[in-house]
Amino acid sequence: MANIIELKDIRKSYDGVRDVCSDINLEIKKGEFVTLLGPSGCGKTTTLRMIAGFEQPTSGEILLNGKDILSLPPNKRPVNTVFQRYALFPHLNIFDNIAFGLKLKKLTKSEIEEKVNRVLKIVDLEGMEKRSISTLSGGQQQRIAIARAIVNEPEILLLDEPLGALDLKMRQEMQLELKNMHEQLGITFIYVTHDQEEAITMSDKIVVMADGKIQQIGTAEDIYNEPKTVFVADFIGDSNIFNAVMSGKMKVNFCDADFDCLDDYPLHSDADVVVRPEDVVIVKDGSGQIKGVVDSCIFKGIYYETTVVSGKNEIVLKSTKESKLGDEVELYIEPDGIHVIPAPKNMNQFEGVITKNHTLNFAGGELEYDVTKLFKGSTHDGKHLFSAEGERIHLTDMPISVEIPVEALDMSDDLDESMISGEIISLIYIGDHYRYKVRTEDGSDFTIADEDLWNEFDRVSVLIDADMIKVNVGEVQ
Amino acid sequence: MRFKRRQLSIPYLIFMLAFVVLPLLVVVYYAFTNGEGEFTFDNFIGFFTSGNTIGTLLYSFMIAISVTIVCLVIAYPVAFALARSEAKYRAVLLMLLVIPMWINFTLRITALKEILTFIEGNLAYHPFINTAIGMSYDFLPFMILPIYTTLEKIDNSLIEASYDLGASYSSTFLKVVLPLSVPGIISGITMVFLPAMTNYVVLDMLYNSTYIMGSLIGSYFSAYDWHNGSMISIVLFSIIVIITLFTNKFGEPDSESKGAIL
Repeated sequence: MANIIELKDIRKSYDGVRDVCSDINLEIKKGEFVTLLGPSGCGKTTTLRMIAGFEQPTSGEILLNGKDILSLPPNKRPVNTVFQRYALFPHLNIFDNIAFGLKLKKLTKSEIEEKVNRVLKIVDLEGMEKRSISTLSGGQQQRIAIARAIVNEPEILLLDEPLGALDLKMRQEMQLELKNMHEQLGITFIYVTHDQEEAITMSDKIVVMADGKIQQIGTAEDIYNEPKTVFVADFIGDSNIFNAVMSGKMKVNFCDADFDCLDDYPLHSDADVVVRPEDVVIVKDGSGQIKGVVDSCIFKGIYYETTVVSGKNEIVLKSTKESKLGDEVELYIEPDGIHVIPAPKNMNQFEGVITKNHTLNFAGGELEYDVTKLFKGSTHDGKHLFSAEGERIHLTDMPISVEIPVEALDMSDDLDESMISGEIISLIYIGDHYRYKVRTEDGSDFTIADEDLWNEFDRVSVLIDADMIKVNVGEVQ
Repeated sequence: MRFKRRQLSIPYLIFMLAFVVLPLLVVVYYAFTNGEGEFTFDNFIGFFTSGNTIGTLLYSFMIAISVTIVCLVIAYPVAFALARSEAKYRAVLLMLLVIPMWINFTLRITALKEILTFIEGNLAYHPFINTAIGMSYDFLPFMILPIYTTLEKIDNSLIEASYDLGASYSSTFLKVVLPLSVPGIISGITMVFLPAMTNYVVLDMLYNSTYIMGSLIGSYFSAYDWHNGSMISIVLFSIIVIITLFTNKFGEPDSESKGAIL
């Protein structure tokens, strides 16, 4: 089937420095129910607003049925939006709210009445035309907001966290109703939410977003079973994530044990392994790969959430049987329960310059460094650097590239402890430690491993062990 | 004995009783009596049968209506621009509007008088226009502020919803923004029209030869004619009560948008 809407290389930046969205490439087929899923601030609402026309992308194209619609204002686009807080007109009654778009199209009175009555039937609020908006409950207002949008028969219906303000029971009910409505109307739905369960329940296709970028596009099953990044695995469903190394052909080592797996990557390459709690089983016949001790066992209604500690690693599993605290157990993981994601070799690479005080300037801060290491045999007299031949080397503003292994990094809440500081923008629990992403003010990201739990949005200073970093003169190759 | 919260209002009640209710009763008494203290309607009959006094009443009406219209026409675009301006400049722009109010009223009107004299030569030739200009100048902020408050409170998503449903810029204004700002317009009108009906200081300071209702009362009282002065006060009071009831009914804002006055 043809694509009804295509987003091509969309980038959006408000200040010209930081991108709110970048590299957004998305194709949506006619009649699909697509969900943009991600934590707050991931760019999903901005993407939706660009489709609606309330925001202009900084660059890129949005094609509707193959035609660029970026030059069209919101009122000329054949899409309608259901707003987060409904945005019903308080000065109009239910009928006039729903008929707002139809009246602008200059339909006759009887046509308008017929259409309004039909959508009121769809949203199950017949006979309430004359009621005022303020007399409605949240759920009813939500239905009116949906009715007001679909009565215009848009090609695409945009829904911006429409169920966010409802309580759990109402939300679950509305999820099913929306799904039914989608089937009944045959309109393409683009739905924005941060609720993974909502996304999984309703969507044909889920677009996972984080940090302004699309992380993965796929069906709910794809994304759950084959997460492409550790972020996706952590965001969708429960998961155990471990640092791992490939230890042979289709063999991976983590938690101090070798496992058969279904993915093949070069020997000794670094990887992250994702194991879903339901894929870990307790065995008693000696076939288990991991030995550990039961640390906690919590009854969750249909299963026990059991945490087993093995060495420094924690493994969470779901079991129908209760385990005693302190029991020694063996754990077995099937090869197809192990999902290997190749980990980038070194995530902390920066470009910078040498300052006139002979410190390294990168990531919006400065680091003291023994510059004699940059040139073999060179000497420093406290003011200038001289080569082995005794010639003076001018260092000021010399471009450098800095490579920092994860082990060389640490964090501190004392912001004066280092000249480089930033904000924790994400954290993921990896077996025996947390993996943090710290973003500095100039937008550089540090990946830092730490055993202690910090909070998202904490401001920290980044401590760098200058002896462990690798500095090269010149730009990155 | 426990201290009740409603007891806090006792000082206010005493004040109201002594300085509002009692004087009002005295005014009513004087309005319906003659020099010999006898009950009579003569004062009112005299007022409504005299061409002069009716003329003054109509003249005051005309001035008040003109002032209200001028204020509304000037204030709405200003309030709109203010509400739509970038948040960081808004405080400054608002301040620019409020600062003139900090300057003494007498000083402002005197300055205005000088300007008008410079333009017109002799102020006595255009009493109506001068009074209207003076009052509009004085009352303009009272029209801007309530309209600005209601406009500023309009949820931006309502405006976006209107565009989204196919409305152009102008129909969004007519169908969404304007109706939602009616409570602000109503309180703006109330705050300008009523003082414009009774104010006579502006007129006096601009050395005007004409009379409006306020100056009529003033002149009776300064001539020690308590009966006619009181009678006109009662007439004016009744007119204002009627107008207030009418605008409240007409505006009938839903509970949320009430309280637009400053």
